[in-house]
Amino acid sequence: MPKVKFTTALKRFYPNLQDTVVAGQTVSELLEQINKTYPGIRNYLVEEDGSLRKHVNIFVDEALIHDRNCLTDAVTLNDEVLIYQALSGG
Amino acid sequence: MSNQILVGTAKGLIQYQIPRGTHWQAAQVHFQGFTVGLLYVDERSGRWWVGLSHKHWGEKLHYSDDGGATWQESSVPTLQGESLPNGQPARLRQLWCMQHGGHDKPGTLWLGTDPGALFKSEDQGETFTLVRGLWDHPSRQQPGQWFGAGSDTPFIHSIVLDPRDSDHVYVAVSCAGVFETRDGGWHWEPKNQGLVAAYLPNPEVEVGHDPHCLLMPRQHPGVLWQQNHCGIFYSGNGGAQWQEVSDAAGVPYYGFALAVDDANPRRAWVIPAERDAQRVAAGLALRVFQTNDQGVTWESVSDGLPQQHAFDIVLRQAFARQNKLMVFGTNNGNLYLSDTDSIHWKTISHTLPKVNSVIIIQAPR
Repeated sequence: MPKVKFTTALKRFYPNLQDTVVAGQTVSELLEQINKTYPGIRNYLVEEDGSLRKHVNIFVDEALIHDRNCLTDAVTLNDEVLIYQALSGG
Repeated sequence: MSNQILVGTAKGLIQYQIPRGTHWQAAQVHFQGFTVGLLYVDERSGRWWVGLSHKHWGEKLHYSDDGGATWQESSVPTLQGESLPNGQPARLRQLWCMQHGGHDKPGTLWLGTDPGALFKSEDQGETFTLVRGLWDHPSRQQPGQWFGAGSDTPFIHSIVLDPRDSDHVYVAVSCAGVFETRDGGWHWEPKNQGLVAAYLPNPEVEVGHDPHCLLMPRQHPGVLWQQNHCGIFYSGNGGAQWQEVSDAAGVPYYGFALAVDDANPRRAWVIPAERDAQRVAAGLALRVFQTNDQGVTWESVSDGLPQQHAFDIVLRQAFARQNKLMVFGTNNGNLYLSDTDSIHWKTISHTLPKVNSVIIIQAPR
């Protein structure tokens, strides 16, 4: 199953946050699963309409996802998914 | 039990203790590094509310029932499925202000936001529901009536509850103006007669005004004061008619901060800025002005404040007053306090981040 890694900045809100292996075939599905382990974390990453927040980036095996609106980018079993904060403001 | 001051800043919430008869004491910091955009203390329960504006993670709402010792995160309201008048999807941009819904409605809270959405909770903030009567107000769909000024979209920064009637509420929207409901939020009427929108072709529009701060003296609920983009205004009839009370020949005109005397409806204080195109202390002197006669005359009560090369302005929620205790913080991180009958300002800090809001919590007597 894909492994999801997080920016350390999110540990401020989820101190027990760890690399997490979850089931899912799209980025959106992964976030739904992660939200079960860390309730509410999805709302830190996406807007209320489900689109990725402006200053959050998600990479699937080092490639930035294409669909920031619906997070439909496919994820395969061996993928590593990185959830980072965008660098902005210098 | 001591008096306390809560200061919401661009980099956290700072809590000061002021024991009776002595000076303020060192601060405790909550949410260090995060922007506190909303700060509210519910006088009914003593619950503290903090709205955080994370650049990366969005708007978050937290509360504490033990004076800041522990915090819980609450859900934030949503605008999912709603649209702005331009057809773009509406998103919650900032939590701005909160007001309890009356002592007879212990579960009710009002929450004002950018983009001009008012929410109501009837379960002490567990959930919030969009107040459709205001969101769907016909004026919002009219071009040029609701619009952003300091923000890209209009925002609700003031909610005023009539202490005699919890169904009677005012909100101030920048930019749209003052709106009033008498039925708990189902229906809203603009209350902008007498205001001036000098930046519009028709300055006397019904909707399209820019109140910066709206306050009601608690013991005189028929009276409203507002610091507006286009002057200082007073209403003695609940907003039915506004009267400009700026100092025509002097300094008090433009600004954000306002304080009123809960017992004397003719008494108020402002901290003027130069003008909208120059948001610095008027004359580069940080001055508080007081009126005792409903704005007929204004006098500077600025003893102790810097009178040269002061660039500070005071934002709309950063000036608090309870009895003779007055506190304000500036956009340059200076915090001042006066606690004497004759106003004299003492410096609490010169090293804070931008101050967004100030609340005084007075210990029970």
